Amino acid sequence: MSRMKVKIALAGNPNSGKTTLFNALTGLKQKVGNYPGITVEKKVGKAKFPKEIDAEIIDLPGTYSLFPKSMDEKVAQQILCNDEDVDYPDVTVVIADATNLRRSIFLLTQVIDLKMNVVLALNMVDIATKKGVIVNVDLLSKELGIQVVAINARKRKGIEILREAIINAVYKKPIKPFLSVRKLFKTVIERVNEIRGKENDYASFLALCKQEISGESLNRCAINQLCKANDLIPERVQAKETVKRYKEIDEIMHLCVKKGRPTGKYQLTKSIDDILIHPIFGYVVFLSILFAIFQAVFAWSEYPMDLIDGLFVQLQTFTSNSLPEGLLNDLVVNGILAGLGGIVIFVPQIAFLFAFIAFLEDTGYMARVSFITDKLLRGVGLNGRSIIPLLSGAGCAIPAIMSARTISSWKERLITIMVTPLMSCSARLPVYTLIIGLIIPAEEFMGFNLQGLVLMAFYLIGFVAAISIAFLMKFIIISSERSYYIMEMPSYKIPDWKTVMYTIVEKVKVFLFDAGKIIIAISIVLWVLSSFAPGNKFEKIEEKWAGKVDAEMHIAAEKLEASYAGMIGKTIEPAIKPLGFDWKIGISLITSFAAREVFVGTMSTIYSVGDENIQSIQERMKSVKNQETGEAFFTPAVGISLMLFYAFAMQCMGTVAIVYRETGHWKWPAIQFLYMGALAYLSSFIAYQLLS
Amino acid sequence: MQKLADLKVGIKGEMCMISDPELEQKLLEMGCTPGEKIQLIRKAPFGGPIAILVSSYILSIRKDDAEKIAIKLVKNE
Repeated sequence: MSRMKVKIALAGNPNSGKTTLFNALTGLKQKVGNYPGITVEKKVGKAKFPKEIDAEIIDLPGTYSLFPKSMDEKVAQQILCNDEDVDYPDVTVVIADATNLRRSIFLLTQVIDLKMNVVLALNMVDIATKKGVIVNVDLLSKELGIQVVAINARKRKGIEILREAIINAVYKKPIKPFLSVRKLFKTVIERVNEIRGKENDYASFLALCKQEISGESLNRCAINQLCKANDLIPERVQAKETVKRYKEIDEIMHLCVKKGRPTGKYQLTKSIDDILIHPIFGYVVFLSILFAIFQAVFAWSEYPMDLIDGLFVQLQTFTSNSLPEGLLNDLVVNGILAGLGGIVIFVPQIAFLFAFIAFLEDTGYMARVSFITDKLLRGVGLNGRSIIPLLSGAGCAIPAIMSARTISSWKERLITIMVTPLMSCSARLPVYTLIIGLIIPAEEFMGFNLQGLVLMAFYLIGFVAAISIAFLMKFIIISSERSYYIMEMPSYKIPDWKTVMYTIVEKVKVFLFDAGKIIIAISIVLWVLSSFAPGNKFEKIEEKWAGKVDAEMHIAAEKLEASYAGMIGKTIEPAIKPLGFDWKIGISLITSFAAREVFVGTMSTIYSVGDENIQSIQERMKSVKNQETGEAFFTPAVGISLMLFYAFAMQCMGTVAIVYRETGHWKWPAIQFLYMGALAYLSSFIAYQLLS
Repeated sequence: MQKLADLKVGIKGEMCMISDPELEQKLLEMGCTPGEKIQLIRKAPFGGPIAILVSSYILSIRKDDAEKIAIKLVKNE
């Protein structure tokens, strides 16, 4: 039996519950990839449908209209307008928030006019009813000429009916356009159809309004001449059409929607906003939330982290005892398991951090933060919208840089991209945690966890650096483009826990598998480099110490120094000595240029190589002595210097790649790499020289 | 006629004209069409953006842009 293949696209305004519906339709069967040629995150899922149907759903970026204002909106428009696109859907589901119907329907009617097979998923009709907004779903369906299904994405209500409607819609195009642009602009539309060589009135209208249609090289010259001949100004054409479209929508709204008093929902939002956007409390609350998050991430992760740590120690002991002694045993225990343990241990912290970020975004609070910070951020060449990339940068710079696509001004977007990697991402968290544990006592300071406070200080340093560099770049990067801040402030809502959970699972997966692959590979290379030496150096060392006291320890130390890894570390030691680093840290710095979190794995590999007892990494590092003074090597000066280096240096291949793809030029990641490297070296140098 | 930027918090009005074509396009599609009722509900601290209630949702725009929007006052019912 051949299965019917159906491609479904999910479109809708931001904050309309699109992602929740996507999760409801697909469950965990989804993957994140990229659209060919561009890097916009593409979420695709297999929808649960009857067996004979093979349905694939694409979650398009949220958009308000088919006149894109930013890069991610452009992606949605391009797929919907190009019937030759590989992702061009058989059915488009437009999701609309019933409590915010007028604006949501604008996009819907544009999609109808593109002659697509459309289903309207009307989200939160039940809630709207409770708030006094009564929508006559059947009448709406009749007026629009398409199927309308009332759903509640969060409660997973109406999803079955929506599935049926999608199948019904495969062969059912809307009967007539919602608004005939042909009537509005007479023969001009026909002429554009001729110029394009394609018969789609609304796509031609978009082309007339200076929009690019993907997959087509439009004859701009001909269109411009056409405008001139007919005395049309594209901007006026677009404005006229929008106003007319809203007039028609208002008529339908008048028929299908009965409104009561201003909704309780708005009232509640208003009272919360009285505090959260207050000139003083607003900022106090924002800082307190950040503070609480960092304290919580540190405190809550402690127990699961200890658990994982203990588990790996047991696993290493077990493996070491059960495998026959020799090279393989050493590779598995000290190479692979040591490196792996250094990574898995940070999963709790990363999960908590992303949980908080997803939670704040889902409640609608992020829009408020950008509202109260726009003025400040604008002063330093950024935009209120930059706060979302900046805060997400505390999780991972890669999705954060991609989220800068909602910023419409190129200059503001570029500056956001350039400074986001300065925000302390979760990959620095392992490094910070490890070193803070080494040099900062686990005490209480004014009732707060001292280690948590220091951690927060480092997040703050990252933020201050980002703001300062942005301010400098404001004067360096020249642009004549105008900057806008036009943003919806969604009503507050309790986050959908499932959506938050999906986000966490997704991010942890990326960290574990994508970063994990690099880390395992580097762990093995490192093990090889540190277990072998040129010539017969190892034999000589063994001969030298044979039969002497404490031979084991000295042999191990000298072997590491003589190994290939030791040689590399020694080569760069003169350059990093002024920062307080020795050749062992040097090795870690080099391996960390692939990804920062490799530091921990490297440290554990370096210090466990040749070690008889398997101890946890921190214990191991604590016992390291400075060979010149005989005291602990990891002094506060070395620790702070090391943390500053990791705070500023661009040690992430993933970020370099994403900056290249997002900016379309090697110039920007190169500049970023250099300025961040210089900043890292200088600040570590100053800190070490002052503190030691 | 008054500029949106000059309104006090809580005042209701009707969209009249946006004197900047680029801004106009962006606001029109967000539902700020001529004659549409709006209410200024909030101003961000330190001369930051303002928030208006339009078509039953909250839209925030910069104060500079609000300077270019003409509003006809309507009496509070």
